[in-house]
Amino acid sequence: MNSRSLQTTIIFLVVGGILALALGGYLGSASRQLGSVLIELQTWISTRFVGFQDFVTAPRDIVSLRQRNAELEAQVSQLQTQVIELQQRVNETDILAALVDFSRSNPESTYKAASVIGRDPSPFLHYIIINRGSNEGIRRGMPVVTNQGLVGRIDAVIADAARVQLITDPASSINVYLQNADTSAVLFGSVTGDLSLDMISQDVVVEPGDLILTSGLGGGFPADLIIGQVITIRTLEFELFQQATVQPAVDFSRLEIVLVITNFRPVDISPLEPVSTPSP
Amino acid sequence: MRNIVAFPLLLLAVILQSSVISEVRLLSGYADLPLLLIAAWALQERVNSAWHWGAFACLLVAFVSSMPWLVVVVGYFGVIFLARILQKRVWQAPLLAMFSVVFLGTLFIHLLSFIVLSLLGTSLGFRDVLGLITLPSLLLNMFFAIPIFTFMRDLSYWVYPLEEFA
Repeated sequence: MNSRSLQTTIIFLVVGGILALALGGYLGSASRQLGSVLIELQTWISTRFVGFQDFVTAPRDIVSLRQRNAELEAQVSQLQTQVIELQQRVNETDILAALVDFSRSNPESTYKAASVIGRDPSPFLHYIIINRGSNEGIRRGMPVVTNQGLVGRIDAVIADAARVQLITDPASSINVYLQNADTSAVLFGSVTGDLSLDMISQDVVVEPGDLILTSGLGGGFPADLIIGQVITIRTLEFELFQQATVQPAVDFSRLEIVLVITNFRPVDISPLEPVSTPSP
Repeated sequence: MRNIVAFPLLLLAVILQSSVISEVRLLSGYADLPLLLIAAWALQERVNSAWHWGAFACLLVAFVSSMPWLVVVVGYFGVIFLARILQKRVWQAPLLAMFSVVFLGTLFIHLLSFIVLSLLGTSLGFRDVLGLITLPSLLLNMFFAIPIFTFMRDLSYWVYPLEEFA
């Protein structure tokens, strides 16, 4: 055996011996330490390599990420638009369902649904414009309601649109009936949109929360349409009548769809009103 | 010939006034877009069709609004009259003239509305009108005055090109 083969044999024996000792569990602590050092070394190298790789490939990723971000933002805005449209449809469906329930519960009247498309350009007046007109049978004086209560009456009509005077208009006055107090009164609008009751007899007890309905007197509106509730009462002994403030049942700031009562025609009682003749 | 832009522009302004501006309230007041447009138009030096624009604006607003047509006609023509006077006297400070016309014009139209509606039997409280309608409307009109004046000035350059004006 020459010296080279002897060296090879020794190396194999040493390595084999160490391997045998390791497999036999005699080098446990030494192999763990060696293993931990190797793992730390590999971790260090791997971390540095990943950092280097990120550094090299980052610009390309930013471009692709920006493109992807732009795509996703466009998709998000598209979905948001769809969500808004669907929410609007849900709102309209809710309103229409409530109006259908209302019309079913009041079968004595026939209704024509209309969308609110505008308001009076002047802030002094409380009028709305609806998208139904004489082509759909809408006529001047017809009452306008929602499922919550009375809105107003048709003031002017053209072929495909109509103008509605709200009950909150300062020129509006309606004969009403206080259900709990069993008495009549007159409801007035105001320039601020607040409603007030007047002409309540002094000997009638009116409580906050009393329900206010149309009385039908004067022929301008059908009877028993809900208007609102009494909030506060003002009683002064030296005045002829009591006054009250009213919480309307309808939210006039959020009117979207209304119902026109098409089978009601107002009665013109002006020929029956007494005419003041000049004294001789 | 380019003056026919008044028809779509004022029509759009009245539609916007009825459907959008009237929903953007400050207390109970809101801006008056047709008033701002005709005031800004009448203040442009090159413009000689302010009365025509005013007449068309009156026609549209009186058609849509329940306000007596007399208020609309006298109010808008009064604003144009005021604007034409100020345009000749304060021509070096157009923005000051615009603010003045909007301020005085808003007060004039609201005072006229108050008087006419009161005469027609509508119950209006002067304090309510002043505090809840006129002053907020005035503030909103002043707020929109500058952008609308700028827009109408650019429009006047297009309707009345320099060579035609000269």
